[in-house]
Amino acid sequence: MTVTSAGMPATGTAPSATGSAPAMPVSFQRRVIRTGLLGAVIALYLCMVGIVPIFNARPLVQGVISLGQAALFLSLFATGFVATRRVAESSSRLIADGAIAGGLSGVALSALVLVGSMVDVRAFMPNASPVLYGILTFNLGTVGFWIPMALGAVLGGLAGAVGLASPRLRRSLFVGLISLFALGLFAGLIRTPMLALPVDELARLLFASDGLTLIGAVVVLVLSVGLHHLQRTRRLDRQFAALPPSQRRRIQIPLIALAAVFVLVLPQGLGSFFAQVIAIVALYVMMGLGLNITLGLAGLLDLGFVAFFAVGAYTVGLLTSTAEFGIAQWPFWAAVPVAVIVAMVFGAFLGLPILSIRGDYLAIATMGFGEIIRILAGSDLMKPLLGGPRGIINIPKPIEVPPDSLLAGPNQIYYIALIGAALIAFVAWRLRASRLGRAWIAIREDEDVAEAIGINLIQTKILAYMLGAAFAGLGGAVFAALVGSIFASSIQLMVSINVASLIIVGGMGSIPGVIVGAIFLIGLPELFREFSEYRFLFYGIALIAMMQLRPEGLLPSRIVRREFQHGGGDEPPESSTSPLAL
Amino acid sequence: MPLLTATAVTKKFGGLTAVNNLDFEIEQGSIASLIGPNGAGKTTFFNCIAGFYQIEAGQIVFDGQPIQRLRRDQIAHLGISRTYQNIRLFANMTAMENILVGQHYHLRSSWIGAVLGTKSVREDEGRAHREARRLLRFVGLQNKGDLLASNLPYGDQRRLEVARALANKPRLLLLDEPTAGMNPAESQQMTEFIRHLRDELGTTILLIEHEMRVVMGISEKITVLHYGQKIAEGTPIQIQTDPLVIEAYLGRGSAGTAGHEATAIPALEATQGGASAGSTPASA
Ligand SMILES: Nc1ncnc2c1ncn2[C@@H]1O[C@H](COP(=O)(O)OP(=O)(O)O)[C@@H](O)[C@H]1O
Ligand SMILES: [Mg+2]
Repeated sequence: MTVTSAGMPATGTAPSATGSAPAMPVSFQRRVIRTGLLGAVIALYLCMVGIVPIFNARPLVQGVISLGQAALFLSLFATGFVATRRVAESSSRLIADGAIAGGLSGVALSALVLVGSMVDVRAFMPNASPVLYGILTFNLGTVGFWIPMALGAVLGGLAGAVGLASPRLRRSLFVGLISLFALGLFAGLIRTPMLALPVDELARLLFASDGLTLIGAVVVLVLSVGLHHLQRTRRLDRQFAALPPSQRRRIQIPLIALAAVFVLVLPQGLGSFFAQVIAIVALYVMMGLGLNITLGLAGLLDLGFVAFFAVGAYTVGLLTSTAEFGIAQWPFWAAVPVAVIVAMVFGAFLGLPILSIRGDYLAIATMGFGEIIRILAGSDLMKPLLGGPRGIINIPKPIEVPPDSLLAGPNQIYYIALIGAALIAFVAWRLRASRLGRAWIAIREDEDVAEAIGINLIQTKILAYMLGAAFAGLGGAVFAALVGSIFASSIQLMVSINVASLIIVGGMGSIPGVIVGAIFLIGLPELFREFSEYRFLFYGIALIAMMQLRPEGLLPSRIVRREFQHGGGDEPPESSTSPLAL
Repeated sequence: MPLLTATAVTKKFGGLTAVNNLDFEIEQGSIASLIGPNGAGKTTFFNCIAGFYQIEAGQIVFDGQPIQRLRRDQIAHLGISRTYQNIRLFANMTAMENILVGQHYHLRSSWIGAVLGTKSVREDEGRAHREARRLLRFVGLQNKGDLLASNLPYGDQRRLEVARALANKPRLLLLDEPTAGMNPAESQQMTEFIRHLRDELGTTILLIEHEMRVVMGISEKITVLHYGQKIAEGTPIQIQTDPLVIEAYLGRGSAGTAGHEATAIPALEATQGGASAGSTPASA
């Protein structure tokens, strides 16, 4: 490691790109060291909580690198990258700085290996085991203690070098790495249906049972970087937008048809587990779109949202169950509208008493409402009606079919959930564009002014609660049919928090954002059960990262995006000099 | 017959009587101004009319109907629109959407109709958008409909707020310092615009204004408030020569030097208007 360069004052003129720090040399060195130490903490954390050892079992590229190693490498690389980001410096200097920061993180890991070989700390740090040290030293053991250090310096230096590359190249690299990660994670999912099709040879060539093959990794890298480059230089999207509508439609319609067919045959290819995961995502999309109305549009925080979900589910349970607590044995389709209406009534019931509550108090009040419903449902008081903790069982499937049929088992729910989510998305979209949608946003923006403009606050807020509840109620109804039963323990505060999180991650007020948020926060953890232990860690990281990097969400609504991008500065050129047209 | 009549209106904040036993009238189709030093209770009186505050005593009658017990939205439905001293647009909505939402009361579509996309709803929306574009043109923001309200320059924001108020098709328009923060050329334009509004649409206009050039230029009647009380009322000429007004503006002892008061007030007001921009209370 080149410690000497760390002691040298910054040569040449002070870099203009950073601008903020007047005493450059000092703060500059500090920054590198601080970032390195921070990276050390993160790398140690990844090792100690078991992320590295556990994910080491899962290959990213078969025989080359595991997911656990990739996470570790990434943290070292990121340390070097952050340490040299937005600094205009000579190239050797950048690489040296990156290497120092990355190396510093590596030193912590080396120290861990050394200390671990001398004292057994497993009693209070179960993950600090020889297995971990093996991963860190490429199975060399204590004699390889220098490996993390060197690796950190190399990766950090590499990150510094990447900082030198043109932004375009950097983006391409970034896209390549992301694609590699994504496809490595999903390899199994992609491979399974391919094996059933005539492309099974290709599948075996590119994908291992877990992770990519080496050939697959190279192909993915080349393809993704190439495609990204093509998009950048040729501007395919702009070319497409410039086409006349008829031609555009000629490209769009087959694509949409293809997507539709894909969605339809998906459960056949991937099996019922995958269908079930998508159905759960669709359920969360329904709830997310519901909360998107109350919270995203009208700005009314509701942390008891799961209550409406429960109302929908219990209503369907009561009306359709063939077991003890069923009261009507209705068909599912007759029970669904009732469930939605009952949920709406509960929405109004919740909305009325809390109409005049604002802000934080609203969060507490609604959370209380959710808890009341949960406790009531499981209580002895309601036991004769709702079955207490044992719940309502034997809720029949919506469509009775022979077990080998296309619509058997979870597949049926998959289709129903997708249709339900699509229907709700359509309704949400129409509402957003309507007079009512505008009134909701006005209330979110400034309640007093909204009222002074002529908006009836009581009516409009109650409608927000009612329609939001209706969406969640429909979600609950489908859930009851999916699981075939409903218990008090299904009504968890966590569900409400999940729904709120996916809206934040996806982008407040944005319909596509809700879908993307549900896929990220609900779909991914469901798919990777081995991650489930770290689910909330990932939630936390995702939420913090979102707030830092993209506070507007992944797919923000048109308006919010503009708000974040414009930032209030630039004006269009056509600003007329005589503003009042008289 | 007056469009709005306030009788013995009193509004207190704790021990402070912000509006004290105020009688006020505004004639249909006229332009009237409310002036007075900072903290005289002008904005508070607006807030009483528009239903932001409940008054302690008195009565406010609009078009023959008492309104002091109505909610803000009900008052808006009767045809009273307002702007705010510190601009209060819906910052994260576009200029166009601000005006669309201003038309809320005049659109009739239900949410069920909106979901089903019925013909009447589509026609309603089409009309609303045409009207919004017309209003944007009317206030000179024709090219800026797609910009976020918060991204508009200050003067445009003031105009947009007027356009949003007009979207409610008001019969009485309350403008709280419409030229605050504008340069002389802009405030001249705004003055002409206000007169144009009345001449063109017949809207009755009550404005609070610090800029004496504006006030004297367009008001048919001026009411002067001081410590919540009405100390004078009349035509611009009468107000300019009223000894009580001059005393209120120049302080005790100055009334005796009356003679060049007609010029004294505008000069003083110009500085006062400038000072008020920084120290305005967050009204309502
Ligand atoms: N919401 C309020 N709470 C307490 N005091 C207020 C409030 N609004 C205004 N005031 C006080 O009432 C007086 C009149 O204020 P205002 O009507 O804003 O004056 P102006 O004539 O400058 O518009 C001031 O002394 C102000 O501090
Ligand atoms: Mg004021």
